[in-house]
Amino acid sequence: MRTAYGSSRRGVKTYRVERWVDRGEGVVQQKTKVIRVKGPRKPPRRDPGPRPLPKAQQPPKPLAPQPFGTYRGKFGRLEATRLLNRAGFGPSPGQAEKLARMGMKKAVLSLTRPRGKARLIGPKPVDGDGLPLAPADSFGQDHLWWLDRMVRTDQPFAERMAFIFHDWFATSNESVSQQQQMLDQRVTIKSHVNGSFDRLLISLTKDPAMLQWLDGGNSTKSSPNENYAREMMELFTLGADRGAYTEGDIREAARALTGWTYDYDDDQGAINFRFDPEEHDADSKKIFGKRGNWNWNDACRLCYEHPLHASFFVGKLWSYFVPTAPSGSTRKALVKKYLSGGRQIRPVVEAILMHPDFYRGEAMVKPPVVFAASLMRSLKLPIKTEVWSWLGELSGQRLFYPPNVSGWDDDRWLDTSTTRARWLMVATALEDRHFNAWDEEQPYRKDETTRDAINRALAAFGWPALRAEHQQELISLSDRVTGRITDDWQQGPYRAMRQNALLQLIAVSPDMQLS
Amino acid sequence: MNQHNCCNHYTRSKLPRGAAAQAGQGLPVIEPGMPLPAGTGLTRRRLLAGAAGLALSVYGASKLPISILDAGIAEAAQSNRVIVSIFLDGGADALSILAPTGHPRYFDLRPNLAINPAEATPFSEDTSLSWHPAAAGLRTLHSEGKVTVLPAVGYDDPNQSHFTSRHFWEVGSLDTSGSTGWLGRYLDLTGSEVNPLQGLSLSGMLSPAMATASKPVAAVESVTGYDLWSWVDDPVTEDLYRSFKRFGEFKSDSAGMVQARRAIGSTNSVRESLEGFSEFTAPVAYPDSDLARQLSGLGALLGAGLPLHCVSVTADGGYDTHSDQRDDLTRNLQTTCDSILAFQRDLESRGLQDRVLVEMWSEFGRRPEENGSAGTDHGAAGTAFIIGSMAEGRMVGEFPGLTRLDEDDNVRHTSDFRSMYCSLLEQWLGQEAGPIIPGAANFARPKLVRT
Repeated sequence: MRTAYGSSRRGVKTYRVERWVDRGEGVVQQKTKVIRVKGPRKPPRRDPGPRPLPKAQQPPKPLAPQPFGTYRGKFGRLEATRLLNRAGFGPSPGQAEKLARMGMKKAVLSLTRPRGKARLIGPKPVDGDGLPLAPADSFGQDHLWWLDRMVRTDQPFAERMAFIFHDWFATSNESVSQQQQMLDQRVTIKSHVNGSFDRLLISLTKDPAMLQWLDGGNSTKSSPNENYAREMMELFTLGADRGAYTEGDIREAARALTGWTYDYDDDQGAINFRFDPEEHDADSKKIFGKRGNWNWNDACRLCYEHPLHASFFVGKLWSYFVPTAPSGSTRKALVKKYLSGGRQIRPVVEAILMHPDFYRGEAMVKPPVVFAASLMRSLKLPIKTEVWSWLGELSGQRLFYPPNVSGWDDDRWLDTSTTRARWLMVATALEDRHFNAWDEEQPYRKDETTRDAINRALAAFGWPALRAEHQQELISLSDRVTGRITDDWQQGPYRAMRQNALLQLIAVSPDMQLS
Repeated sequence: MNQHNCCNHYTRSKLPRGAAAQAGQGLPVIEPGMPLPAGTGLTRRRLLAGAAGLALSVYGASKLPISILDAGIAEAAQSNRVIVSIFLDGGADALSILAPTGHPRYFDLRPNLAINPAEATPFSEDTSLSWHPAAAGLRTLHSEGKVTVLPAVGYDDPNQSHFTSRHFWEVGSLDTSGSTGWLGRYLDLTGSEVNPLQGLSLSGMLSPAMATASKPVAAVESVTGYDLWSWVDDPVTEDLYRSFKRFGEFKSDSAGMVQARRAIGSTNSVRESLEGFSEFTAPVAYPDSDLARQLSGLGALLGAGLPLHCVSVTADGGYDTHSDQRDDLTRNLQTTCDSILAFQRDLESRGLQDRVLVEMWSEFGRRPEENGSAGTDHGAAGTAFIIGSMAEGRMVGEFPGLTRLDEDDNVRHTSDFRSMYCSLLEQWLGQEAGPIIPGAANFARPKLVRT
């Protein structure tokens, strides 16, 4: 036992006693307490006893949208977990507690403004044959490669923002000739997420993957293609049905955007992207009521300077972090922040991450990639099979393959197909973490109690907070399984299966699907 | 001059199916002669009688709890008709599927993309139109009186955004904020509380047209191999699934929690129904395509008597042909129409043809004037088809011609998609359209279904 016998002076004996302390919020710690005992009294019990179950978590009732402001409520483990789930890819073991100790503002800034260069922590990913990934060449390994960075990075915010803008400017490898061009687009996005939206839009307008995906590279003076012009207004900058633009504006902007072109090589696909003034329509156009010899840069500028752009931008950005619409005052304040900062992205995100709605609003369903990454982060699980790509697709989110240019539908992540995929993700993650019920060399503990079993399973995931009803269900399951034991040979194997069932259930529980 | 990359040969983003078996640790051993799956509500005799040519394999039925679906079947039995919605994603070019080769202006607007009349077969109900050669499957069914054509279906003040227009079609209303689908509302009104298979999306994601407010619905990416494997063996699997099911039953405090709990409950229910469905042999030959895979699976589910009612599936390929339209459209149309023909033959060989009606639609048609990328941009009116032995087989609304286009130079509509929905609800599903389609009273009820 770790309990140490202390000193004795003038008949007063001093004992150091280890005991379990429930710090609330699902944190149970072993603490050392010094006890002085006078005279012949019995010394205190030296064994701290079995670890108690953590108290289940009941998140506070969600509040309706609040006015704009900075959150001043409690910032504990639950709030820090939400922050890590929504601005990163979930906590690694112990990370939520660490963030909670910083206080809300410092915690947010530690994510959005990390010091130094990002590092990847843990073993490098490999494919099913143990070989390094080839994200540009091997079909499906692009997904693995990015998922791995989400899991292993020590600066998850930039990666999460790149993931958000991958959805915002959704481009699919489906009509892009090289996987490398998609990987390059991710780098382009990531390099702008802490900068201005203006630069992000301009960079993506001439991005080779985008020029293929929305036909920007096929649009010429003699026959402008409307595809990019339309989606730039509808999905990237202004929004549909807000009276921001007309069909005429789309046609005129399409003319302004003409001139980008590329060559097609039978082996390499699309190459040699360039602006060809010969193919550009240099005549006068009228966009949003303004006449001029607009070019592609102007078309972008007219969109981001449009009076309805800022409100679209903050609304769309907000929707990635908070599931319910912002109040009027919040929207206004965010627009002001965005415009006064020269359309910088990060200050608006920071304001959202510090807003009361972020911490006291409703829970959100984690996107499938975030679910997968947070599962792997909590288990410190390295990638070593392509199955994660297949599961990504089955769960409704394969990176670099959004379903269409409007990105993934964040309102409908969970159905009978995608929920099954999440179950399979957990089963796959447990491949190396489950217990073999029939291993005679290392038989499972025959005397494991319900409490020990649940603690062991919770520990495997870094002690995630479970709602009371779910924790109670785990207790019921544990008791049901031991209730089945009729023969002594079943003692170990049934307990091993019970442990595997607990691991599976914790990870598929609604708590883990939500952020 | 650039050349477009029409063929990067990642035509489908699907990863090899082999990975499925890997992730599933190999599917469980199938033993012949095991009991029937709980939840299908079938006796062995009915199964054998109703599933000629269907090799339904069942395993592990002992671990299936008494199915909650039995009640669902009893309720769903009120109507055993099935509607199948097939979506042509991206805005299919109506002017190629039924090409207006009898309209001289067609060849001016489509100098490169017009269908060659010498290769096309005239449409018998309006010989100024011709079937695309790749639509032969549809043409065959039409000649048998099994296709009702809506040659110019749309709505007033057409929206040329994929997402907005598709949304209108999905929710059955020109309402950008609608959150339940038209079939979803039908199920909310008439459906079962416990049978998610009543609204089945044969897809990895739930079809928005099937989104309900409260009744359970299902999405199944593949009708075979729907299992939830784990590192747990019998008898503990029963405890595992029981707790999983319980997770779906507790009270919710947010929309996200409602979604999570419902999905868990329905997932467990679909597991109970489909767990035994591991492989089947279709009674007819299907082409090799995703749509064919889904439709042959659907034929097998219907053949096994599972309680399906509304089904949705998306056709192969994308129809958003902004560039290199000719090859892409021909390929996609061919697999789509061949798959539909095979599905109809499948139903006929199972004797189910009078129970199933297909509705095929797209969010809009395309611009009559081709663009410079050998493609076409977004248009307005498009085509829709009602397919099946019970289809009326007579065209609804005429083709409006190409001389009078709308203000955006697009085809005008001669029928409204909400009219089509009202007729389908009332003539096929036996449900008054009023509570489901906003403003239903204002829409005509064209005859789409045979009486």
